[in-house]
Amino acid sequence: MSDVAERVKKIVIEHLGVDADKVVDNANFIEDLGADSLDTVELVMAFEEEFSVEIPDDAAETIVTVGDAVKFLEKATTA
Amino acid sequence: MFDLSGKTALVTGASGGLGQAIARALHARGAVVALSGTRREALEDLARDLGGGAHALPCDLSDKAAVEALVPAAEAAMGSVDILVNNAGVTKDNLFMRMKDEEWDTVLNVNLTAAFRLSRACLKGMLKRRYGRIVGITSVVGVTGNPGQGNYAASKAGMIGMSKSLAAEVASRNVTVNCVAPGFIESPMTDVLNEKQKAAILSAVPMGRLGTGAEVAAAVVYLASAEAAYVTGQTLHVNGGMAMI
Repeated sequence: MSDVAERVKKIVIEHLGVDADKVVDNANFIEDLGADSLDTVELVMAFEEEFSVEIPDDAAETIVTVGDAVKFLEKATTA
Repeated sequence: MFDLSGKTALVTGASGGLGQAIARALHARGAVVALSGTRREALEDLARDLGGGAHALPCDLSDKAAVEALVPAAEAAMGSVDILVNNAGVTKDNLFMRMKDEEWDTVLNVNLTAAFRLSRACLKGMLKRRYGRIVGITSVVGVTGNPGQGNYAASKAGMIGMSKSLAAEVASRNVTVNCVAPGFIESPMTDVLNEKQKAAILSAVPMGRLGTGAEVAAAVVYLASAEAAYVTGQTLHVNGGMAMI
């Protein structure tokens, strides 16, 4: 697992209080991990802080699974 | 009860009479306060008078860039904003048919749009800390309406609807959003009324007198306190009984 993926999963586990084995790449924040819409906003805020990047609203809307977040942040942090 | 020590509060319109009373009351309960308003000197006088734990942050709420800079400035000065009091307000009264677009826009911008922007800016920190108090100073006329105040009443009714919506969104994060709705309060504005005008106003108030800024401020202190944790999306009317809603 990449360093980015590890950090993303740690944030998701902490924020949503879910078991680590549920936080897989294709886990949907809302449908699989029990997040509400405010949780998704808070997760994006937490990602922004952890990775010192800005995630614009239209990009944030495309981040619906753990894998989406990892992919976005891997790209954003290497760019 | 109602101990605010260790808390930080941003009060807009703090160079006005009611804002001053609110800032004084929060400070007296132990909160560190950031005083925002248009009159720098009045803010600095108030900050000096309060002694420690008070910061003057002049801001013109009709200026979008200034509004956006205000919360970061307050957070820089105090470390956080736990309590936001959207108190600033202006009136541009006119009969509806004569009301100019500018009179409408100015009142909506300062009274409602600025409150929206400041609340949005404070939310980030409040959500993260899982604690926040947002108090909007609305008005009895936002609920009852008032001839000549279509713009002002709309802005105050808008604040109530905005607060309820936000309250529902952030309740699970221990952030409460409420309003205080003053009726007729002693102020420089009511001081200039003649006896006949005063009598006309008071005939509508069962209590038979004007309210004081301190009486409004006490309601704000309550809603800002830890004790009011289970109260959200409400409007607390402080009006001597003139409207029982």
